[in-house]
Amino acid sequence: MAIEAKEVNTVAVELQGISKRFAPAGRWPFGKRKKTEKLALDDVWLRVDSGRITGILGANGSGKSTLIRILATLLTPDAGTASVFGYDVVGQPSEVRRHINRVSVEASFFREMSPWENMLYAARLYGSGGAGTRERVEAMLERLGLPLDTLDRPMKQLSRGQQQKVAIARSFLTSPSLLLMDEPTTGLDPRSKREVQDLVSSIRRDRAATVLLCTHDLQEAEVLCDRVVVIDQGRVLAEGTPVQLIRQHAESDEGSLEDAFMRLTGKRLEEDEEAKEE
Amino acid sequence: MIGNGLRWEMNAFVGFVERQKNLYRRYWAWEAVWLLYNLVTVLSIGYLANGLSAFSGSSGRFDLQQAQLYLLIGALLWTYLSMVFFEIAWAITWERWEGTIEYTFMAPIRRLTHLLGLCAASLLYGIARAGLIGLTLVLLFRLDLSRANYVSALAIFVAATLPLLGLGIFTSILPLLSPEKGDQMAFAVQGVLLLISGVYYPIAVLPGPLYLAGIASPLTYTLDGVRRALLHGLSLSGALPDIGILLLMGVVLVPASVWCFARAETRAKRLGLLKRSG
Repeated sequence: MAIEAKEVNTVAVELQGISKRFAPAGRWPFGKRKKTEKLALDDVWLRVDSGRITGILGANGSGKSTLIRILATLLTPDAGTASVFGYDVVGQPSEVRRHINRVSVEASFFREMSPWENMLYAARLYGSGGAGTRERVEAMLERLGLPLDTLDRPMKQLSRGQQQKVAIARSFLTSPSLLLMDEPTTGLDPRSKREVQDLVSSIRRDRAATVLLCTHDLQEAEVLCDRVVVIDQGRVLAEGTPVQLIRQHAESDEGSLEDAFMRLTGKRLEEDEEAKEE
Repeated sequence: MIGNGLRWEMNAFVGFVERQKNLYRRYWAWEAVWLLYNLVTVLSIGYLANGLSAFSGSSGRFDLQQAQLYLLIGALLWTYLSMVFFEIAWAITWERWEGTIEYTFMAPIRRLTHLLGLCAASLLYGIARAGLIGLTLVLLFRLDLSRANYVSALAIFVAATLPLLGLGIFTSILPLLSPEKGDQMAFAVQGVLLLISGVYYPIAVLPGPLYLAGIASPLTYTLDGVRRALLHGLSLSGALPDIGILLLMGVVLVPASVWCFARAETRAKRLGLLKRSG
């Protein structure tokens, strides 16, 4: 399913006026449902070219994960349309699903099962899993620097970094044309973080897939992404290459993406992290 | 094209059965404890029937051996049926707890394949466990099965699989409707089926409305048919009406339950419920 070189620069993802609200859990059916709703996405327009890494940069609660979940066909937008390689996420979910895979902030696995059993399950859901799968999995994990003796141990015995590497290997196993990465390096130790970032870099180098990378990490976005979209309170504030964003929104040409982000949103990402910890 | 699609779905179907098998194997110690609990429950029903002889005296008014067999068949079948319900209903909750629910629901497979895969694994596992318990009963109790017609009993049992799948899928909708209380409501459904389906008594003893509900329950025909085959040697031709009713119920219940599941999934996507717990 990996994209061909000729497909680079075609439209991979297109959002037109996407909005999504969430109603908080009310006391229904024994009481009145609360009226207050949270606006997660507010009239988002976005176009992502194929073969590129596009960073979605925003604080917690800015709408990044909601956007990813809509593209993953796990959430229905209230308004607007979203398409992946021309397929509508609401009207043609099966076609969309054949083109995508996802790596989320939490490496989501059956914890008692081994990496091999989890990956075999994933392979089966994506049309493979027969002869040669074990060899492919071993080669992939070796490339990610994961010792092969971890392959048959329960997932719960693996470190957080190792689990995230297995999650990435699982997504590669299905050869997605669009890889949705929702904060894949959050919570990783510096070494694991570097290894995951190197892997994303290799995707960029090989043009192996279109990547939508949600991140908190401004440095990561600056280094890895071809384009960056800044999102806050459900709205797209700016988009462009990291250099363009710095030029247009930082106080000087020597500024950083963080300067641009602060100017655009009026806050630092660290503030959000501190607020979350409190 | 159709062949490819079918192969894809069959592969995914195998993936679900394989996954469940791996989970049972990995949790074998807890599964053994659960099996012991089921065994103890059925045995206590058998010994309860044994103990009734102490009250009936030498001029016992009813055939205690028949009563014991009647109760044991009910207890054994109920253990099987309730286990299948539990496994299917719990599958969604379990995925939510493990955090894999999003991966499974964004996989490019038909929901029918997903649900039938889970049901098939539950049925096979349920049969294996009920078989073990049944074997223990034969060893511990002097059961008079001289008049049993095993072919008829097996035919009714097989026919009951279809409506059982439908009921199982209906039950699995509950955790999709409510992440917090859905699986608990599955126990409530089990309780109602236990009351109305004649597990330990003929439904003729039930008051009017409950009796009518009992007539509508496929478990009633399963229990009654298997009992008549094992206790009174019901012939295959005599079992045909029960088999026909069970198949008819299955033909209605399976598509209806899949349709309802799709509606519940659409609702879950709208409300953002297709995500991990916590």
